[in-house]
Amino acid sequence: MPDGEAGGDRIEAAVRAVLGSMTGDMTVTEVALLGELEALGREVARAKSEIAALRVDDIDASHIPTATDELDAVVSHTATATNEILDSCEVLEGLQARLSGPDADALSGAVTRIYEACSFQDITGQRIGKVVSALKSIEKRVAAVTQSFGRGAAPPPEPEVPTAHRTEGQRLATGPQLPAAASSQAEIDRLLASFD
Amino acid sequence: MAMDKNTNVLIVDDYKTMLRIIRNLLKQLEFDNVEEASDGQEALAKLRAGQFGLVISDWNMQPMTGLDLLKEVRADTRLKETPFIMITAESKTENVIAAKAAGVSNYIVKPFNAETLRGKIEKVLAHA
Repeated sequence: MPDGEAGGDRIEAAVRAVLGSMTGDMTVTEVALLGELEALGREVARAKSEIAALRVDDIDASHIPTATDELDAVVSHTATATNEILDSCEVLEGLQARLSGPDADALSGAVTRIYEACSFQDITGQRIGKVVSALKSIEKRVAAVTQSFGRGAAPPPEPEVPTAHRTEGQRLATGPQLPAAASSQAEIDRLLASFD
Repeated sequence: MAMDKNTNVLIVDDYKTMLRIIRNLLKQLEFDNVEEASDGQEALAKLRAGQFGLVISDWNMQPMTGLDLLKEVRADTRLKETPFIMITAESKTENVIAAKAAGVSNYIVKPFNAETLRGKIEKVLAHA
């Protein structure tokens, strides 16, 4: 979009047009209005300068894609590490057959605790997925702001499934809650028992 | 309470790591007949083609979620009595209520421990 047609410039032009139309003696109200319009014009010019200084192009062209790539890499690396831990656990379980009594029990217990701990990869992966979605949403909004100031084309809108077309399962799939907001297993058990 | 360790179990999760963890925990509980699916659609196809005595499913999967799989299972004349445990990070009350309304047999919130898994399996198989 050419600069002259951008939203900010249209406001500035409108302010100038109003100011230009005010000739002759002015009433107190008109003087106050003039002051307000001048202030508005300065505010628009300042906002344009600040947005230009923000280098919003960098945000949607570089910073956010880089951040999402880094987060994807975190998920990939933790998955690889988790699978290596699981490989090692399976080797240990194979050795367990050569042990007996308390040693076998201790090894079995330790391996079980490692399996339980490895479920972190699923939870962190889902949490990172939520952050990536939030970043992509910010990226879209930044692109829209950039476009409104005549700096680059907005990305094509991604097709979204209308809420009405989503299943109940999809609608309620919001990922892990933060620890303070999450229900414990005991709370869920009590809730389930209340239906019996 | 004894569990039938010959029960065919279908585990459903879109995280391969989680499938592996649950499979290994089931192996420790001496369940050796375990199959895997990575979402509800694949799980439903396997359930319709086979004979499973227990489903352990995640919720948050695409294209078919665990809740939608549960509804399909309960709507299927042959599958409707299959015990179904949801293992999920979705811990909000409305999720648990929706799963219960859809006929879930039990509900485990992630992260979980092996003892919780053992206890829930024992409970649902006792009522099967």
